[in-house]
Amino acid sequence: MRSISRWAGLSAAVVGICFMALGIYRGEMTVVFEKASRICLECIGIG
Amino acid sequence: MAENKKKSSSEWPRHRFQILWAMLTNSYLAGFSKGQIYQGQLKKLCVPGLNCYSCPGALGSCPIGALQATLGSWDFKLAFYVGGFLMFVGGLIGRFVCGWLCPFGLIQDLLHKIPFPKKLRTFRGDKLLRKLKYVILLVFVILLPLFLVDILGQGAPWFCKLICPAGTLEGGVPLVLLNNTFHSAIGWLYAWKNVILVATILLSILIYRPFCKYVCPLGAVYALFNPISMFRYRVDEDKCIHCGKCAHVCKMNVDPVKNANSTECIRCGLCKKACPTDAISSGFGIKTGRKAEDEVLRQKS
Repeated sequence: MRSISRWAGLSAAVVGICFMALGIYRGEMTVVFEKASRICLECIGIG
Repeated sequence: MAENKKKSSSEWPRHRFQILWAMLTNSYLAGFSKGQIYQGQLKKLCVPGLNCYSCPGALGSCPIGALQATLGSWDFKLAFYVGGFLMFVGGLIGRFVCGWLCPFGLIQDLLHKIPFPKKLRTFRGDKLLRKLKYVILLVFVILLPLFLVDILGQGAPWFCKLICPAGTLEGGVPLVLLNNTFHSAIGWLYAWKNVILVATILLSILIYRPFCKYVCPLGAVYALFNPISMFRYRVDEDKCIHCGKCAHVCKMNVDPVKNANSTECIRCGLCKKACPTDAISSGFGIKTGRKAEDEVLRQKS
């Protein structure tokens, strides 16, 4: 059981990289950029 | 000789690292002078800690804000990019982010150093309240942006809007102070968020990292990865003399001997410094759990 947990972290990191690549391919990075490059009125307590 | 050498229990080396990281990731100084935010390409990238992207100095994106933005967008309802980023960072280092790479964690660390007659180490309900951050993650960060949508199908960043004190401190306060156009726009929501901010600041003097312990959804995400992350802590049972110093010194109320990779551990390293026999170690690829059990596993295989 403990030997499985050693590889779980590595697997999570690798799957994470794959998901990031998939997200970039789908265009999600654009959504993040559009949100982050404008003042978030909700975040600062105005909108 | 090495065992007799007195180890420094000072947290300032870690704080210096935290300060350097916070300065590096919030180094858009023009934002502070103009009352604006950075709009360059680096904003496509997430920083690992809770760092509002509306901070005038912020160069990167807050992962929690970015997650809500993606989940709430009409184009996407699954957030592979930000979700993948959280899995990558969590799988790699877990809540090391909380202890070393989060500016809001740094602020709470420094606030807790302010002297106060009665610091609260724990209280009745502390353990139950630690679960609240998972509820906040599920409800405010995931479900509400996904399902509470406007007529266009867009969700709002409900955690940022109603709760996040980091956004108020790092974004709201500086932008309202620096930008006259916002003065007439502030209302009840701004007041509410400042109430939360002031409460967080006051509680941080009394209790160590109350936001991280009870509220932070980003800490909740990384906490799930702590037991399995590649960077981990280990207690050598052969060296451990069960003196209890590590548990006594831990400000997150973790007992490293019972669980060296607890979901509540922010990997600050205080326990390592306190251990008189150097039984606690940390790093990548070190053996998990107890040495004797690892030996049994090896013999079975």
